[in-house]
Amino acid sequence: MREITESAIQEVSAKALLIRRDIIKMLGEAGSGHSGGSLSAADILSCLYFWEMNVDPHNPNREDRDRFVLSKGHAAPVLYAALAEKGFFPIQELGRLRKLGSPLQGHPDMRKIPGVDASTGSLGQGISWAVGMALAGKMDNRSYRVYSLLGDGELEEGLVWEALMAAHHYRLDNLTAFLDHNGLQIDGPISEVMSPEPVADKFRAFGWETLVIAGHDPRQIMEALHTARAVQGRPTAIIAETVKGKGCSFMENRAEWHGTAPNQEQVARALEELGGYC
Amino acid sequence: MEKQATRDAYGKALVELGHRYDDVVVLDADLSKSTKTVDFAKAFPERFINAGIAEQNMMGMAAGLAAAGKTVFASSFAIFATGRAFEIVRNSLAYANLNVKVCATHAGLTVGEDGGSHQSVEDIAVMRSVPNICVVVPADGTSAGKAVEAIYQRPGPVYLRLGRPSVPLLYDDNMNFTIGKGIELRSGQEATLIACGIMTAKCLEAADRLKEQGIEVSVIDMHTIKPIDQELIARKARETGAILTVEEHSILGGLGGAVCEVVCEQCPVPVLRMGIMDVFGQSGSPDELLEYYGLTVDKIVANTHILIKKK
Repeated sequence: MREITESAIQEVSAKALLIRRDIIKMLGEAGSGHSGGSLSAADILSCLYFWEMNVDPHNPNREDRDRFVLSKGHAAPVLYAALAEKGFFPIQELGRLRKLGSPLQGHPDMRKIPGVDASTGSLGQGISWAVGMALAGKMDNRSYRVYSLLGDGELEEGLVWEALMAAHHYRLDNLTAFLDHNGLQIDGPISEVMSPEPVADKFRAFGWETLVIAGHDPRQIMEALHTARAVQGRPTAIIAETVKGKGCSFMENRAEWHGTAPNQEQVARALEELGGYC
Repeated sequence: MEKQATRDAYGKALVELGHRYDDVVVLDADLSKSTKTVDFAKAFPERFINAGIAEQNMMGMAAGLAAAGKTVFASSFAIFATGRAFEIVRNSLAYANLNVKVCATHAGLTVGEDGGSHQSVEDIAVMRSVPNICVVVPADGTSAGKAVEAIYQRPGPVYLRLGRPSVPLLYDDNMNFTIGKGIELRSGQEATLIACGIMTAKCLEAADRLKEQGIEVSVIDMHTIKPIDQELIARKARETGAILTVEEHSILGGLGGAVCEVVCEQCPVPVLRMGIMDVFGQSGSPDELLEYYGLTVDKIVANTHILIKKK
């Protein structure tokens, strides 16, 4: 099992910063896309790809690999950045996000990008895929683990709850789902649009081992992943309390940055805040 | 004539498939006794997953299982598999071109007494319009069984449309079922009757009756609606100069629509479409409903006469 060391924490923090910078740059190039919910998940994806998951960028389809399903598929930039930084494809490719003929579609397409385990984007469907993948792992007695990332607005989709019910019913302890609990959706705060609260109580009521952590603290993310590995007989939900737009002061906690890309001036400002403009 | 429901043939064929191939996994949504996947569930409990009354999650789980290397057969009633779960079938199964076979039973009016809410009359049109999805509608039990093996061998998503009632067996075990190749069951020169599913047997009966009246027609079992056998349709249009399509489905967008698309572009000849006239069904026995909505041998014979006059 991976150890939680200072150097590991430093590495995932450094990668999270690179991922955030990649997100800003690719969204600036694309001129459209989802900024806020990509930035809020950067620390979670950094911990998964640079500490937790058993994946090999040189052999992306290896059968015993761990799987990641980005159920909130509109946060594609954070996944693309993590995969590129991990070496699944060249970082320069990120500049082609959302361009005609590019493998980097607005929402992830597993048929076009090495390392993408599921084609997602229509909310609620990814967690359902993850349940299917975890079932297949159990069926074949494989040791791989399945990870998924849900948005909190996404919980408004009924399909999510069908999937959560099935994961508990089939005792899928090889499945871990993060909730990117940033509290905002396109039309405003989730509490105003259609509140899914109290989210932790709901996951618990659906039979999931449920942890609530600070979603931008790598140590807490790692500790939660440690806990999830030890849980037997049921899936684990990690409710990550996050900030939408985390890392760019002018985007943080603002719903209008859900589906908006920064202009060139804003890119420069964001990069300045994220370790310097270059 | 011996009879079998296509859903019964499906259930039996699935068990055989399970013995032959380890990667076959079957999903159902609390209807396994009706869809007949219950036989597979008994034979291979470790490879059967009941999704409960949650067709959307069934399709989503099917996607995940297929992405992990399984060949998945997901069953429910046609109305739920293609209606309730449509967008998951579209975005998870078809968009990702996954190896999932959506095998839906209780299609069409012959659901019977459960009524219009449960009678799927638009599923062929809906499934046919989605890229990557192959659509197969077997005419009898024998071809339904063969279709199960054929769709297993074909990579990617398939919609297999099956029925509730027992229907005459048209084929013996030596029949050759090839996806995308229609079967010419009768060869006459005055018109061509193109059918799918349970209407194929009725077209054969109609052809026999027409023959007694001195009219020789061709009958095609168009078991694959997509990719449709364009070559055969165009050839029969040229040879016979008139086409009648007959389906237990809306006249909009199903077999009739698919045939018209080919005929219009490749060899325009008069076409008459028989099916459900853009209305919903209702409760009744299967035979009463087919009679009420005009899907009878008498009507096929009458419409063939009308069609031939248009030549």
